[in-house]
Amino acid sequence: MNDVTYEASYDAPASEGVGDPYAGAYDTTEGRVYTVTGQDWDTVLAPEEGRKERIVVNMGPQHPSTHGVLRIILELDGETVTEARCGIGYLHTGIEKNLEYRTWTQGVAFVTRMDYLACMANEAGYVLAVEKLLGIEQDVPERAQLIRVVALELQRISSHLVALATGGFEMGALTAMTNGFRDREEILRLIEMMSGLRMNNAYLRPGGVAQDMPEGGIAQIRAVLKKLPKQLDGVPTMLVDNGVWKDRTSGIGYLDLAGCMALGVTGPVLRATGLPYDVRKAMPYFGYERFDFDVPTETTCDVYGRFLIRIEEINQSLRILAQACDLLEKTPGPVMVADKKIAWPAQLSIGSDGQGNSLDHIRHIMGESMEALIHHFKLVTEGFSVPAGQVHSWTEAPRGALGVHAVSDGGTRPYRVHFRDPSFNNLQATAAMCEGGQVADVIGAVASIDPVMGGVDR
Amino acid sequence: MTDTPETSAEVAEVVPTDVPTLPVVDVRGGMFGGSVGPDTSGYGGLVRIVEMPAPTARPFGGWYDAVADELDVALADDGLSFDEAVIATVVDRGEITFHVRPEHLLAFVTRLRDEPALRFEVCTGVSGVHYPYMVGAELHAVWHFLSITHNRFVRVEVSASEAHPHVPSIVSVYPADDWHERETFDMFGIVFDDHPGLTRILMPDDWPGHPQRKDYPLGGIPVEYKGATIPPPDQRRSYS
Repeated sequence: MNDVTYEASYDAPASEGVGDPYAGAYDTTEGRVYTVTGQDWDTVLAPEEGRKERIVVNMGPQHPSTHGVLRIILELDGETVTEARCGIGYLHTGIEKNLEYRTWTQGVAFVTRMDYLACMANEAGYVLAVEKLLGIEQDVPERAQLIRVVALELQRISSHLVALATGGFEMGALTAMTNGFRDREEILRLIEMMSGLRMNNAYLRPGGVAQDMPEGGIAQIRAVLKKLPKQLDGVPTMLVDNGVWKDRTSGIGYLDLAGCMALGVTGPVLRATGLPYDVRKAMPYFGYERFDFDVPTETTCDVYGRFLIRIEEINQSLRILAQACDLLEKTPGPVMVADKKIAWPAQLSIGSDGQGNSLDHIRHIMGESMEALIHHFKLVTEGFSVPAGQVHSWTEAPRGALGVHAVSDGGTRPYRVHFRDPSFNNLQATAAMCEGGQVADVIGAVASIDPVMGGVDR
Repeated sequence: MTDTPETSAEVAEVVPTDVPTLPVVDVRGGMFGGSVGPDTSGYGGLVRIVEMPAPTARPFGGWYDAVADELDVALADDGLSFDEAVIATVVDRGEITFHVRPEHLLAFVTRLRDEPALRFEVCTGVSGVHYPYMVGAELHAVWHFLSITHNRFVRVEVSASEAHPHVPSIVSVYPADDWHERETFDMFGIVFDDHPGLTRILMPDDWPGHPQRKDYPLGGIPVEYKGATIPPPDQRRSYS
């Protein structure tokens, strides 16, 4: 225990205060301390000219409806929000800095932890940037690209289901929450089947993917594709045609096209203004131009429209998945670039002691070829060199467009990787959406941006 | 390179700088570039100069020339020309980078946004890069601008010295850059002049230093496992 002496001189005469013996002010070594018990804010802070009172409310960072460790500082006039500011940084983990001390391949395992609801979307932006730096985008095998599309669309569905679930939950639609997480479980099982992990997959690698689709994998995806639309039937009842939900979300969190352009907002928020901007259509990557899908738009510019777009995007992702499964069946081949100086040398397999390098590969490097062992060792410990320069990749993550600025100094480690996370950028729109509205609508506006603080703070 | 610590420390406004046109990122010795222990390869005397892609001369190719011409015409209204505003243009890996003089940045990006033939509606934020080897231009701020109308990107790069890390803020033109500039200030200590509220955004307000600079340590502790000690990541052997 520390010996702390408070030189407090209690000097709140009851005649000056509001008559509450526990309220008042006293001086400490740290400065003057006020005790406010309610209804007495004007005794502490004189109201501004022409205003009756000034109330500042901290919403979060530990609040069940702020969508993570987001702190919103609200200034209220009654129930009306006059000023809204965001406090972020509570989940800052220095991922970008850490990347600079690992190899380019190890970076995947870091970036996957940024936006933790769309892990493989982060990986996609990163591997695309690394492949651009290496100049091997065209050399990535067809099958790897298809598997990436499958992974990304599964990820989009699971992310949007969480957006609907938590968004509904935050505004009191509890069944939407339980149903959303139930359906997401189906997707997570598929992601686990493909990558071995439900989250933080580190599945997309520079040059391809970590492992091929397991046997029977496509059949499993098809089974879910058949089952999921039926399960999603409940969504329109809860989050589309539901009068309570409509009243709660229509016309709030308004942000029009001009606002989106000025604030750089992308994703469902932008598409709810009527602009069909989707990076998968505008600047296709991973062969997205081969797939037939629509970019849903709404013109309501409000929270309701953004949720409608997410629901429709789930359906479009299901369409892409069905096409990708067909193509995948017809496309055998490797899932990693042919260049042995870049390609990760081993494939993964499940052994009796868990997931690890495939036994064939172990036999080859330990028993057959000294050169293969050296090669494996060099590539895994040292990594591959990337020619000096800088690139920018632009991909469509579930929450909006993800920009990755990657700089190489010709070494085996990233010199600098910057993630322009869509949540980080879109969260800037909080003030524009909330100011002038009701306190309760702040929740709806933030839920419709759907920020993931892991991505915001990185 | 004209920016010396003695003169710049007290000057508040942006000082014109000339970035070295062929930026050398690093000079490395030895065959494997190992940073720990003696080089036993016998190639310890090797010296390798690592350079970023060289500036590109006209024609740039594709739509790049049209953008440059349009900028030249538009900047004339500001009493500038393309060559005055831009120190060097680099076309590399299918992307174009304009190295812009900081004092002309605001005019440059205003034209990028407003000219109908350019129409870069969206600023996707700024990223910082720290190149300790480029003395006098150690800190780079890198913006990417997206034109949804024309479906293209340009990159704009501005450099500043560590001694005088000032770059103009473009928030007055692109409000979207607000938080991004705060993040770059937080991580690199680049001061964006005339930003409406340049405070730290990710680190605590009273944090000392700027974590993403190259001279800022990563931190970490050695970990012992079965008798062996593994040093923290920034002290492990690295190859470059």
